Amino acid sequence: MLAWTIYLSFLGALAALLAGNKRPQAVRIIALLTTVAGLGIATAAVVQYQPGETLTIARLPWIPQFGVEYYLAADGISLVLVLLTGIAATAGVLFSWNIERRTGEFFAFYLTLIGGVYGVFLSFDLLLLFVFYEIAIIPKYFLIAIWGSAQQSSARGQSGALREYAAMKLALYSFAGSGLVLAGILAAWVVGGGKTMGLEALAHTDFPAHFQMWVFPLVFVGFAVLAGMWPFHTWAPGGHAAAPTGASMLLAGVVMKLGAYGCLRVAMTLFPQGLAPWGFHVLGLGSWRDVFALLALIGIVYGASVALVQRDFKLVIGYSSVSHMGFVLLGLMTLNQVGLDGAVLQMFSHGVIAGLLFAVVGRMVYDRTHTRDLNELAPMHLARVIPFAAVVFVLAAMASIGLPGFSGFIAEFQVLLGVWQAMPWMTAVAGIGILIGVAFTWRAMTKAFFTATPNSPATHHLPPITWPERLGAFLLLGATLAVGFYPRLLIDLILPSLNSPLFDGLRNAGGWR
Amino acid sequence: MNDAFPWITLITLLPIAGACAVLLAGRWQIAWSRALAVAVATASLTIALLLWHRFDANSIVMQFSESHPWAPSLGMTYHVGIDGLGLLMVVLTAIVVLMSVVASWANPQHGPVYLALALLLEAGLFGTFTALNFLHWFLYWELSLIPAFFLVRLWGGAESARASTQFFLYTMVGSVALLIAFLAIFVATGTFDFLELATMAHSGQLAAALQQHLRVSGMVLFWAAFLGFAVKTPVVPFHTWLPATYAEAPSETTMLLTGAMSKMGIYGFLRILLPIFPEQVQRARTPLLWLAVASIVLPAFAACVQRDLKRTFAYSSINHLGYCVLGVCVAANVTGLANEKAAALTGVLLQVFSHGITAAALFWFLALLERRSGGFRGLDDFGGLRKIMPVFSGLMGIAIFCSLGLPGLSGFPGEFLIFKGAFPLAPWPTTVSLLGLLMTAVFLLNVIQKVFSGRLNERWSAMPDLTTREILAVAPVLALMLLLGLDPQLIAGPIHATVMQWAGQVRF
Repeated sequence: MLAWTIYLSFLGALAALLAGNKRPQAVRIIALLTTVAGLGIATAAVVQYQPGETLTIARLPWIPQFGVEYYLAADGISLVLVLLTGIAATAGVLFSWNIERRTGEFFAFYLTLIGGVYGVFLSFDLLLLFVFYEIAIIPKYFLIAIWGSAQQSSARGQSGALREYAAMKLALYSFAGSGLVLAGILAAWVVGGGKTMGLEALAHTDFPAHFQMWVFPLVFVGFAVLAGMWPFHTWAPGGHAAAPTGASMLLAGVVMKLGAYGCLRVAMTLFPQGLAPWGFHVLGLGSWRDVFALLALIGIVYGASVALVQRDFKLVIGYSSVSHMGFVLLGLMTLNQVGLDGAVLQMFSHGVIAGLLFAVVGRMVYDRTHTRDLNELAPMHLARVIPFAAVVFVLAAMASIGLPGFSGFIAEFQVLLGVWQAMPWMTAVAGIGILIGVAFTWRAMTKAFFTATPNSPATHHLPPITWPERLGAFLLLGATLAVGFYPRLLIDLILPSLNSPLFDGLRNAGGWR
Repeated sequence: MNDAFPWITLITLLPIAGACAVLLAGRWQIAWSRALAVAVATASLTIALLLWHRFDANSIVMQFSESHPWAPSLGMTYHVGIDGLGLLMVVLTAIVVLMSVVASWANPQHGPVYLALALLLEAGLFGTFTALNFLHWFLYWELSLIPAFFLVRLWGGAESARASTQFFLYTMVGSVALLIAFLAIFVATGTFDFLELATMAHSGQLAAALQQHLRVSGMVLFWAAFLGFAVKTPVVPFHTWLPATYAEAPSETTMLLTGAMSKMGIYGFLRILLPIFPEQVQRARTPLLWLAVASIVLPAFAACVQRDLKRTFAYSSINHLGYCVLGVCVAANVTGLANEKAAALTGVLLQVFSHGITAAALFWFLALLERRSGGFRGLDDFGGLRKIMPVFSGLMGIAIFCSLGLPGLSGFPGEFLIFKGAFPLAPWPTTVSLLGLLMTAVFLLNVIQKVFSGRLNERWSAMPDLTTREILAVAPVLALMLLLGLDPQLIAGPIHATVMQWAGQVRF
């Protein structure tokens, strides 16, 4: 059943292409139905799922000579991300309702991307995973290059060419990362005996420790590029800012999660020995784990600090993604149950919240005012003119800075718990990162929406908020609040899976039971 | 008395539901939303008084408690309950919010959104004062900040953007420090429950667990948690956000901030710092005492030189809460002297309550004055008001004298008991802080002289006195000041068991 999330997305893409650019309304409805169906299937699967089990969805030989299978399966972690994909995809379609130019092609690319993303989250065979991973990367380039927006010249000094530049940069970074990943996967295949590409089989293969020690960083960095790990993050803010709203929602919402998911599912699961101490220290760092934790920490603080001084509203959110994804990577590096749980939850949470922030900035504000410059937005009395957008942004900002009651709190607080256990001094630095996060979010919010008082009259008119926008906002807000108030919804999926045999190696490396 | 009915859940959710209803009602008729807001605040006060009535003053266990699992793997439970401290805070909050909502009645700028935010703030405060699990408590602690921010930001004066941001960021710094400290405690002990943690701290288990699991000293965590409450209270030198915020906020909002929100800090000292960090408070006692003295003396001097009445009373607010901090700190004493500790702690609670209603009343009077003068509120803008507004001057005079601690009014028993308890326990700091008491008298009398006496400023010669409605609105509050001044036992009674338990049991 779950496999249909993938097939339906590809079928939907085909249907959108066939319906063509001439019938935009039909295309939109096709896209909406496809994504809603995906969300429905994902929800049904989550409801039926027995905690801890690994669902086998499809398993057929594919290239038997090399031991490659068409092997789709899901555990609790995959399901959380599949659910996220369903939510983000549906909301993304609702916020792309106003795409009028080449609508058919837009949604064809969009749904292809979604299909690839579902595929990655459900693949239990490395080659299959890699194929889906590439399928997800290619449409991104076109979505940005064709439908993207030029940056504000006033904000950055350079203009029009930015979207091509951003799209190209994103594609090149992604492919460079993929190259590393592919090299790592092939090495694992060879060293593993050349018999299988199956995730479970390889996870139980005893790779030599020195092999893991060099292949782990290769694969981890390859995936972490897409997760926005500092210093490989530079594609992210520009890419987010240049992309059309729906695409930035997907980019921040699910594509960055592909990277983080790959780090956990492939790099850390297959090569846990790579996290072990080197036996010597360089600059106080004694293992790859220390190195990546430090990079994650730098990402948290650096992303937030840079966001603090941006004038382009979308770049603020773009850099905030770097900061929030830092929490995911930091959580992964804690190697304890609560930290990993927090990391997976943060993937979900950031997917929903970043999607919402981009929706407000890109669709509700930019598409109406045609500016993203905070200094130009300030005198527009936006809280008065489009109060719905202001309220949604306030709630999204609260969620983003991790106030309790929203999913971000549950996630970040678990990551911090894990960090306290694993590397206590980092907690203080991460705390500073959170504070800078509060500062930039609040700065952008007050500048864009609340510079004028509510009693000052509305000086101009903007098109009212449409129903698709409202529905999308409710969907995303509902998701973050539901998890915030009842975290067991997702924790009960994630925790038992972290204790499954698949993570035996990682569990031993982290020493948790 | 363990009541099966979830009173506390009801009182916390009621203002939230009320806020939604006020917003909806505001879509049709602004007047309805006003009436509805007053009705909700009154209903909350009724429930609070009902709790007061049914509260068993002789019991030291948490009453009206409810406990449900929430997210067990995170140590999150829905655990609420009140002892004497919680009860007092809930009643105070209900009174102050009702005062503020009534005060907003006549202000045409305060529409449905304003009232809804005020009610949300009330819900946050109720939650903070009743939740007994850290995560659950922290939810409300933060929740109350958001409406407060917007009330200041959107309805405040010209400089409100800066003031509200400063307020928000300062408080967030404290909150994050607090959160990180509690995460460490959870990692070491596996629980977020205040009562369990207090028991563990009492038996010394907590310190051992922290050493064993994290190799951090409790002292670091104590200072982190202290920061959270010190910013909120505020304690000098973490107070700099306060004067600007109180002055820039609309006076009706300042009523909420000073009357109810500033008590969150004192509540944190009593509910969290003293029970969970007893040893650390004891070891940090000397610096804490001098911080408290600084919070009493310096703001009193600062208040003397302010030219803005709102700023004067804002500094006075820091000064008054400084007495509370002093009372809390002296109670952290090694030697016995349970009677003195009990006196000081009773004084703290009386002072908390009295300051809550008095400060709220003072800002209410300022709101009335500001509305008549069209925004003027400088110390030198007025003069001779008693000639044209005798009723206003008289009633505000009562509130000022209550703030000053005149015997017979509610401000006196609290300050008296704090000093009575503090002097034997910490003679030097207490002596120095008397200076603050003196300066308080100086600046308050100065306000009376400059505003009410002297030559009448011709500009205001047509200023109307209080209307009958306004008199009726403020009268109950003034009556309460008088009542508590004459019969402090009214409050000291219900909190007695709680205070005695602290004074006797706490291993200070």
